[in-house]
Amino acid sequence: MRAIGQIRTANRRELVLGASAVVLMSDLVARMMVATASAQPVQGAGWQELMRKILGDAKPVQGQIKLEVPEIAENGNTVPFTATVESPMTEVDYVKSLHVLSTANPVPAIAAFHFTPLSGRAIVSSRIRLAQTQDIVVLAQHSTGRFVMQRREVKVTIGGCGG
Amino acid sequence: MKPRVRVPGSVKAGEIVEIRTLVNHVMETGQRRTLDGRAIARNIIHTFTATFDGKEVFKADLNSGISANPYLAFHLKVPGPGQLVMTWTDDAGVIAVEKADIAIA
Repeated sequence: MRAIGQIRTANRRELVLGASAVVLMSDLVARMMVATASAQPVQGAGWQELMRKILGDAKPVQGQIKLEVPEIAENGNTVPFTATVESPMTEVDYVKSLHVLSTANPVPAIAAFHFTPLSGRAIVSSRIRLAQTQDIVVLAQHSTGRFVMQRREVKVTIGGCGG
Repeated sequence: MKPRVRVPGSVKAGEIVEIRTLVNHVMETGQRRTLDGRAIARNIIHTFTATFDGKEVFKADLNSGISANPYLAFHLKVPGPGQLVMTWTDDAGVIAVEKADIAIA
């Protein structure tokens, strides 16, 4: 009886040791993967996930957003951008938010803009950084819950992630 | 941070006007490294807000994909005379505030 008990304890110890080794290994692998990902952003990594998070169960309608970005940007450090969403902008029907996503930047979320009926018009302009040639995706949510989206490619000559 | 803002001084009630803002800031992405390989900490303006007489007009959650010296232009439907207050907040906790009075013609 005692012998069996000892064997069992040994097994459990081995199990615990083995499990912690696996945890350590997977942690290392995960860290290495993160390091590789940040060093070389892969086209399409992360931004779809972000889009799913923003949308939830909603299905966005293509169009109804005017997205003004240059076709070719010589300097990826500062790319002018303007987004206009059609909306009456009244208390009952206005554009709540507009998300700007990049498909190939190290950080896929560029910005989120929030409007109110006091905005009068759902228009925003800014300047963005683009690491390389890629697509800009904008997602807008109306106060009714409806989503609209637009997508445009910008060719980048000199990337905006110098350093 | 030193904001520069373009706000029309005098408008008609109900008029929709464009507000243009520019603030000098490095918008350090946190992706860059020094020559000896140390990561340079991220320092960006992460939030911009604009309120008119205390009511929210426009808000922006910014990320490292926004260029240095961030430019932001948005619109305001002027309900009447009042004050537009704009606030920029960065990762270091520095806050810049700019106020502009809008009169009705």
